[in-house]
Amino acid sequence: MPDGNTAAPASVPVLDVRDLKKHFPVRKGLLRKTTGHVYAVDGVSFSIERGQTLGLVGESGCGKSTVARAVIRLIEPTSGEVRILGRDILSLSKDEMRASRRQAQIIFQDPFSSLNPRMSAGEIVGEPLLVHNIGNSRERAERVAALFDRVGLRASQMNSLPHQFSGGQRQRIGIARALALDPQLIIGDEPVSALDVSIQAQVINLLMDLQEEKNLSYLFIAHDLAVVEHISHRVAVMYLGRIVEHAGKRALFSNPQHPYTEALLAAVPIPNPRIKRQKRLVQGDVPSPINPPPGCHFHTRCPYVTEQCRIEVPPLIEVAPDHWAACHLRQPAAVAVA
Amino acid sequence: MSPPPSDNAAGVITAKDEFGTAISAGSFDTELAKAGANVKSRWGMGLFLARRYPLGCVGLAIVLTFIFVALLAPYITAHDPLSTNPSISLAKPSAVYPMGTDFMGRDLFSRVVYGARTSLAVAFGATILGVFFGVLIGLASGYLGGWVDLTTQRVIDMLQALPTLILAMAMAAALGPSLMNTIIAIAIPKLPSIARVIRASTLSLREMPFVEAARAMGMSEMRIALRHILPNTLAPLIVLATAGLGSAILVEASLSFLGLGVPEPHPSWGRMLSESAAEYVRTAPWLVIFPGLAITCAVFGTNLLGDALRDLLDPRQRTSN
Amino acid sequence: MNTVLENQSATTSAAAKTVLEVEGLKTYFFVRQGVVKAVDDISFSLKAGEKLAIVGESGCGKSMTALSILRLVPDPPGRIVAGSIRLDGRDLLKLSDAEMRRVRGNQISMIFQEPMTSLNPVWSIGIQISEAIMLHQDVSRHEAFDKAVEMLKLVKIPEPARRAREYPHQLSGGMRQRAMTAMALACNPHVLLADEPTTALDVTIQAQILDLILELQERMGTAVVLITHDLGVVAETAQRVIVMYGGKKVEEATVEEIFETPLHPYTQGLLAAVPHLAAMSGLDATLPTRTRLKEIPGIVPALVNLPKGCTFAPRCAHASDVCCNEFPPYEMKRPGHGVACWHADKLQGDQHA
Repeated sequence: MPDGNTAAPASVPVLDVRDLKKHFPVRKGLLRKTTGHVYAVDGVSFSIERGQTLGLVGESGCGKSTVARAVIRLIEPTSGEVRILGRDILSLSKDEMRASRRQAQIIFQDPFSSLNPRMSAGEIVGEPLLVHNIGNSRERAERVAALFDRVGLRASQMNSLPHQFSGGQRQRIGIARALALDPQLIIGDEPVSALDVSIQAQVINLLMDLQEEKNLSYLFIAHDLAVVEHISHRVAVMYLGRIVEHAGKRALFSNPQHPYTEALLAAVPIPNPRIKRQKRLVQGDVPSPINPPPGCHFHTRCPYVTEQCRIEVPPLIEVAPDHWAACHLRQPAAVAVA
Repeated sequence: MSPPPSDNAAGVITAKDEFGTAISAGSFDTELAKAGANVKSRWGMGLFLARRYPLGCVGLAIVLTFIFVALLAPYITAHDPLSTNPSISLAKPSAVYPMGTDFMGRDLFSRVVYGARTSLAVAFGATILGVFFGVLIGLASGYLGGWVDLTTQRVIDMLQALPTLILAMAMAAALGPSLMNTIIAIAIPKLPSIARVIRASTLSLREMPFVEAARAMGMSEMRIALRHILPNTLAPLIVLATAGLGSAILVEASLSFLGLGVPEPHPSWGRMLSESAAEYVRTAPWLVIFPGLAITCAVFGTNLLGDALRDLLDPRQRTSN
Repeated sequence: MNTVLENQSATTSAAAKTVLEVEGLKTYFFVRQGVVKAVDDISFSLKAGEKLAIVGESGCGKSMTALSILRLVPDPPGRIVAGSIRLDGRDLLKLSDAEMRRVRGNQISMIFQEPMTSLNPVWSIGIQISEAIMLHQDVSRHEAFDKAVEMLKLVKIPEPARRAREYPHQLSGGMRQRAMTAMALACNPHVLLADEPTTALDVTIQAQILDLILELQERMGTAVVLITHDLGVVAETAQRVIVMYGGKKVEEATVEEIFETPLHPYTQGLLAAVPHLAAMSGLDATLPTRTRLKEIPGIVPALVNLPKGCTFAPRCAHASDVCCNEFPPYEMKRPGHGVACWHADKLQGDQHA
């Protein structure tokens, strides 16, 4: 797809999110009165440069999937600003939005429910082209065949139905569909979590190869820290709707600044029987996002909790060059130096 | 041997079975393709299904027989179903009149055969009408949600509060007797169940990732509803529609029995019963037996077919195994 | 290597008696498409207090192995067609259904992956646990409930007396898995089968539950069979590992041997395919930033119509003619380290070179 994408100058991030919020009302009773809100995403900001991968990690219910959907308006955000290639997409009308969906595509977690069981693999991959009226039927077929080839499927499989493919192959179909419109940004909502270990490696490699080839930007959402470390350039850690730490991957994994990141890393089982994990685990469960604890959301489980943490929300501050954390125990980098 | 453990009413939720093979239930052709994964030819598939669902095949044969009888009525009857001949009134079944004649001397066999036309016309007509509007209402209700959903659901609640026959009787009485009005009167009580099923499927389909993917690629809502949602509701719809054929035949017979159904001169099994039941059941029992048998067979056949289709397309709806 | 072997024999000393012995177990499913050999000639033994992991990908037959041990294979279409399962010397396959029910939950119990669906939503967890106790012990309802509260305390559920009166939906995922563990251990079983007990849980909760299972297992002397696909979990919990592929056991060794000198190409591929958390594994600075993972080509086979010969041959870089024609025999290549591969000797040589 040669045309259509306005090439942005290098300085404009492919995705720029400012103070994104999504609150779902909780309704009860006959009259569906709003009795509260789920603070699924509560003021999240980040940006992704061209050709870069931002890994977004967190446990279930932390709002990472809501972020994935809100930045491409599959869910309408409550407030905030989302710019894709510098363009504010939240101000677009429905029709304008449909047209600009070409720039950002999404890959889903479940390779079994993300494909329409009644459509052939070729139809699924070609559908975006049809929707945007790209090419005639012969050109579209050629394009689909090329996409099949690129993601490691045979063009002869184009007429097969999704159930005739294995999980990994179906995920490849999903990737081909996302690539069909030549987007600049691909959002992966746990794209490898449902796959077997040996297949997961194939898909991760494919995603990384494609990124290099097409200079794609990824927002890669996952709960598996090792996978995120492998694929990302930068990593953001979410807890109950907020980003608690955000840094380059090396800095974040080797020198975590937020107690939650630390706990998360300590909890990952290491596939090496000779290394015994330090037994410093956080206790308790993730609190409900309907009535999140006041102050720092993590204070109910934090081993270093202070009085201030229970009252005041810690801001996300730069604790080291390009290393941001939201914790009262950390000082801004400038102060720390002084 | 039991069918693969698959899916729900929506018929699309997919799962992996124990052996890592994909099970995606629901849609008609994928179900068939899976069910007969090892049979290559169309005939092979037919044989395979016949072995697996013998009762369903009996049902299909009965339904097909009735359809052929209805279509070929003029060729398989020797007498005009409407011409009266008082001289042979209430003749016993014989070689000339295989089912005997009624009190006006009309050939009962011809009337039963032509009655199949009326019954099937009403059954299919009401089903098609009910499915069309039921799908429209269910799809709109489930997909649009909000106040559209709320209003239609309340109306449907009210319709469902009345027994099918009572509602059909009220409709038929209000509309007046005619073939078309009978069809409408029977179609309206069908709406709630169809709309409900389609709405439920739509609600779960609406949240499916492939629908999100369609939205993410910039597809309009209308197109998503028609292209991604509707086809995936077909399996439960076919099941429901087939199962409803039998009840439509019964309701038509009941309405006609009560004098609210298809008017003269169309021969109707129900009216044949009502005309003769009281007076002739002792003296000329064939007048009651043959139309009654026709009704029973037709309902039995459609029900068998409906059950088999449900097992094939929608295994979770099965109550016992 | 020698020290490892000695360590191993020290921990599960020869004196410890074998509690569970599975021999030549075959569980087949008879479906339209043919015979699915979900479990095909699996043998292993488990000593008292031992921690054994069964690793494999979806559809490799690991869960079916556990269900076969409990004789819970759905029949039809499944059936245990051959083999023996001896628990404390008694062949479970020869027991009557009533006798088998007395074994389940009493001498062998199981923890499932999804604690929400394996607990009954209409009964409080205290009642469910006390019911499990009353099935096997001659105690009154009241005593059983007290024992249930005690069990909940043992699995570190705060305020156990209050929680015992709560229903499954009122508990978080982690709490439900704790309750499941309490129920499974209530009758002090000899063997605990844990089928992906932490897969549905978040990583911080997973760590809590694994620690809990290990702590209780050690305290009560229960032998554990841990079924998982997560190599990290295996490394942290197991003493011995069985690797399954396509319904067959392809390798068995101590956990250290499996991770350091795997002999089967599948085990090797699996270990190389997992991304490692570099910072935590002490690998950091030396690695280039973003390398390609080593992938195993091809797809996980469906168990219907498996290829002739070695099931892994179509995906194996070392496959030769013999691999495609005949399944390799399972042979001991080193003390306590068995493998089913025609080229194991060659691969072993390569590793030492």
